Amino acid sequence: MQQFFQALTTGLADGSIYASLALALVLIYKATEVINFAQGEMAMFTTYIAYALYTHPHFGHTLSYWPMFFVTLAIAFAFGVGLQRVVIRPLEQASVLTVVMATIALLVILQGLAAWIWSPELKFFPSPFPTSTWVIGGVHISKQDVGTFGVTIACVVVLWLFFRFTKLGLAMRAGAVNRAAARLMGVRTSWLLALGWGFAAVLGAVSGMMSAPTQFLSPTMMDAVLIFAFAGAVLGGLESPIGAVAGGLGLGVLLSMLSTYVHVITPELRLPVALLLLLVVLLVRPAGLFGRVVVRRV
Amino acid sequence: MPPLLELNDVSARYGPVAALHGVSVTVDDGEIVALLGANGAGKTTTLRAVSGMVRRTGDVVFAGRRLRGGPEATARAGIAHVPEGRGIFAELTVWENLRMGAYMRRGRPDLGTVLDYFPWLDARRNQQAGTLSGGEQQMLALARAFVQRPRLLMLDEPSLGLAPLVTRELFRVVADLNEKEGLAVLVVEQNAAIALRAARRAYVLETGNVAVSGTADALKANDSIRSAYLGY
Repeated sequence: MQQFFQALTTGLADGSIYASLALALVLIYKATEVINFAQGEMAMFTTYIAYALYTHPHFGHTLSYWPMFFVTLAIAFAFGVGLQRVVIRPLEQASVLTVVMATIALLVILQGLAAWIWSPELKFFPSPFPTSTWVIGGVHISKQDVGTFGVTIACVVVLWLFFRFTKLGLAMRAGAVNRAAARLMGVRTSWLLALGWGFAAVLGAVSGMMSAPTQFLSPTMMDAVLIFAFAGAVLGGLESPIGAVAGGLGLGVLLSMLSTYVHVITPELRLPVALLLLLVVLLVRPAGLFGRVVVRRV
Repeated sequence: MPPLLELNDVSARYGPVAALHGVSVTVDDGEIVALLGANGAGKTTTLRAVSGMVRRTGDVVFAGRRLRGGPEATARAGIAHVPEGRGIFAELTVWENLRMGAYMRRGRPDLGTVLDYFPWLDARRNQQAGTLSGGEQQMLALARAFVQRPRLLMLDEPSLGLAPLVTRELFRVVADLNEKEGLAVLVVEQNAAIALRAARRAYVLETGNVAVSGTADALKANDSIRSAYLGY
């Protein structure tokens, strides 16, 4: 029992990190059919910014954790919007493949830039949560895991509320479905795409700041996380935001269970297992577990 | 009184292919005007040129102002364009589609008036728009355009793929909106007979030029025009 719940909470915590990055991928994919390969590096870069805000005195003082957290989210948002305006928007008329290549270029540039500015050596990144545990019915539950899960899922829920209940959120969904028609309703879709990049960057920043404490800060820290997130997104169906979240969480729990109970699966095998799963899903259900073929009548 | 919409010598091209060669069309306030002609005559392109969906030369003046900019700007100026293929948001619900029509308006949209004209929408509000029948989708597109509160409605081939009875119902609602709300309408149609019944005036396009124009009654009465251009 003890072992099971520990594996479950750790899995949910890891999974929530994959889920938020997977959601970021889906946000951009749904709007533009582009897989943003730079998503992980954007997350890494903003986490370095968080690190700088936290450790280096700016204007004479450093920020404590939560102010730093929210300032970082704001910077990440501006960063995402800026990237879309400067790098992606000029490619509006280009093919999807061209834009994907641009995101790969962005990946390399951001990774190199981070190593150049902050040096490639591992850095310690703080966690806002204590390392102690709660004991509930004899089961130890890590506060760190619960906190990570809570913060990440809270961000996802806020975003969901935005898309579900605001006019701007509705317009973003409409623009993703039929951009030309949205423009005919007076929607400035070009700006909404930038807004989508902003949200994706914020989700990335959350996943970066939540995963950095357990694995140290380095320019390549998000490489594996991005692949897990991608596997989670495909698992849920790239078209489905709920699927991406469920896929990310499910993948986290599954990997955690596997490494707890199946001793053959060492940490080195986590990534291959995730990719194997991705392959199997693509073979059996190409639209993903939550993906559905939209019904259209003519 | 100057016309509500005035196209002055408007040309447009898709890449190297010219689609319109200097078309001049006017629509008065509160008037229904039909754009007729065969496939490829430039009817759809004319609407797209007004909306800024295709690059154009020549003036488009709406309500005394020169239109410039893309479809967003045209919509904000007060023109609702129901494009070819209806432009429904298939994955959104019927109600969300209607709320999108009210995107440009401040505050909570009042969707009560639209239900006066399209009462059946109320029972379908939570249905995914893509699952509506073709006729219902066309009606939804019309309803959504009406929610935009435009001064001019542009309809692109509303009868395409619809049963005759559904087409008749659609044009009845268009006539209703025109009469009761004073909505001006510019409608593109291949089905000349039904369009001329609804319209006061019509233009017949041929290979990107206006070949004939006049009142609907005059066009209907002229047998040679009917057989040469309208095919009925």
